[in-house]
Amino acid sequence: MLDQYRESLLIFLGINVVLALSLYLPASAGLLSLGQGGFMAIGAYVSAILTAWVGVPFVVALVGAGLAAGLVGLLTGFPALRIRGIYLIILTMGFGEIVRIFFLNFEPTGGASGFGGLAHLTGLGAVTVVVLLLLVFAVQVRGSRIGRALEAVREDELTAEVMGINLTRVKLSAFGLGAVWAGLGGALYAHHALFIDAGQFGFFRSAEIFLIVLLGGLGSPWGAVVGAAVVTLLPELLRPIQEWRMTFFGSLLVIMMVLRPWGLVGRSRRRMVHG
Amino acid sequence: MLEIRRVRKQFGGFTAVDDVDVTVEVGTIHALIGPNGAGKTTVFNLVTGVLPPTSGRIAFRGTDVTGWRPDRITGLGVARTFQNIRLFREMTAVENAMVARHCRTRGGFLRALARLPWREPVSERETRRRAEELLEVVGLSGRRDALAEDLSLVEQRRLELARALAVEPALLLLDEPAAGMTPPEIRELNRLIRKIRETGVTVLLTEHHMSLVMEVSDVVTVLSYGRKIAEGPPAAVRRHPRVLEAYLGPGA
Repeated sequence: MLDQYRESLLIFLGINVVLALSLYLPASAGLLSLGQGGFMAIGAYVSAILTAWVGVPFVVALVGAGLAAGLVGLLTGFPALRIRGIYLIILTMGFGEIVRIFFLNFEPTGGASGFGGLAHLTGLGAVTVVVLLLLVFAVQVRGSRIGRALEAVREDELTAEVMGINLTRVKLSAFGLGAVWAGLGGALYAHHALFIDAGQFGFFRSAEIFLIVLLGGLGSPWGAVVGAAVVTLLPELLRPIQEWRMTFFGSLLVIMMVLRPWGLVGRSRRRMVHG
Repeated sequence: MLEIRRVRKQFGGFTAVDDVDVTVEVGTIHALIGPNGAGKTTVFNLVTGVLPPTSGRIAFRGTDVTGWRPDRITGLGVARTFQNIRLFREMTAVENAMVARHCRTRGGFLRALARLPWREPVSERETRRRAEELLEVVGLSGRRDALAEDLSLVEQRRLELARALAVEPALLLLDEPAAGMTPPEIRELNRLIRKIRETGVTVLLTEHHMSLVMEVSDVVTVLSYGRKIAEGPPAAVRRHPRVLEAYLGPGA
């Protein structure tokens, strides 16, 4: 059997894969977000309320967390549709901060003192199931009709629209589903961390998710897996060098971006075709 | 097929298209010509919904499409190519054509999820077959797995054509399809445009190569500074005094 430390690490790895896939999906349509932490927070708090106060089974809490985050994702998505690139990143960043500050001040769920005493419901099994479902989803979407539409929108919105693609529908569904995934990640996180407060879902969380996806590569969902593995496990492996580990980690990122700007996995499309 | 009625497009104080009327008849090859900046591409952008007109109406097959979203107009059967080629550069040739099948096929995330990994679904196979057929039509079969950005300029223009045909348009808008082509390539394009018309597609094109315009079109509309200055069969239009003036200057 795995010892507790390793099991916990694998659970965090799985949660990071879920969060990375929550950004990978909208990113495949060119929608970059620095606010996935906000959707994660909504999922975490909603699932916490559902298990701690309402007492529903974990599966129901997961679904509820996903739906709640997805709904907020759709609402945020509407204004976000008109903009893209760096402006969308700023908008989502603002959104993430709004959510964080909301939960910081929302007394019913503990406000600044956080929401504790959650049951440990996120086992390795549950995480594995969610990760597998989302991976199957991501792989299936690639090369499908909707997958091509996402790619077309990422490459050139105007042309995609002139070729008959309903931009609003494609972008909104990608953004909304990404929010659902982030909500699931938040629910899994809450029931493994057992204590949540607003600070855990702030800008740094969003930036970490962004980093995982960029590091792994946007070209394929496997990039999200590899990126999550590196970001979750490498700092642990670097523990022997203690206070230098984050410096080392940061340097690795810099080197990575110089040598493989398209990410660890998602080889640049050119290379994929030309072998 | 297409009725443009007193359509005007202003950008700030600049009138790019000034109360233009054009009627494109079913089954014709209709050319829209004029000096640079005459408003030809703006007309294309208005017809395809990329830009909303400031005033005027545009009707396609009797349906008023003024102010419609581009994808809805495309769904009705209007397809176009771009003067400054706008392919999906990181997609292969066949994928570019497959994207344009979007409005003729169904299926979102759920359909994608229900696919079996070892068997391409019938609808997907059909989409690929249609796309490959069209690459064949434009002579790009051998390049179907090349990335769009790796194609030569002429190949890219042909791919734009194949992609537009994948929409199954009733009206095809070609924005300077011969730009950058050599005379033999233009002759080939000429044959291709006629072949497309024979399949029942109405063609509206802008072009600077007058030889192509004169040979291929049934009707020519001439724009200058956003206004229509002449219209008629190519032989008549080329002798029209206002056309000569617009192209060569006064006194020509």
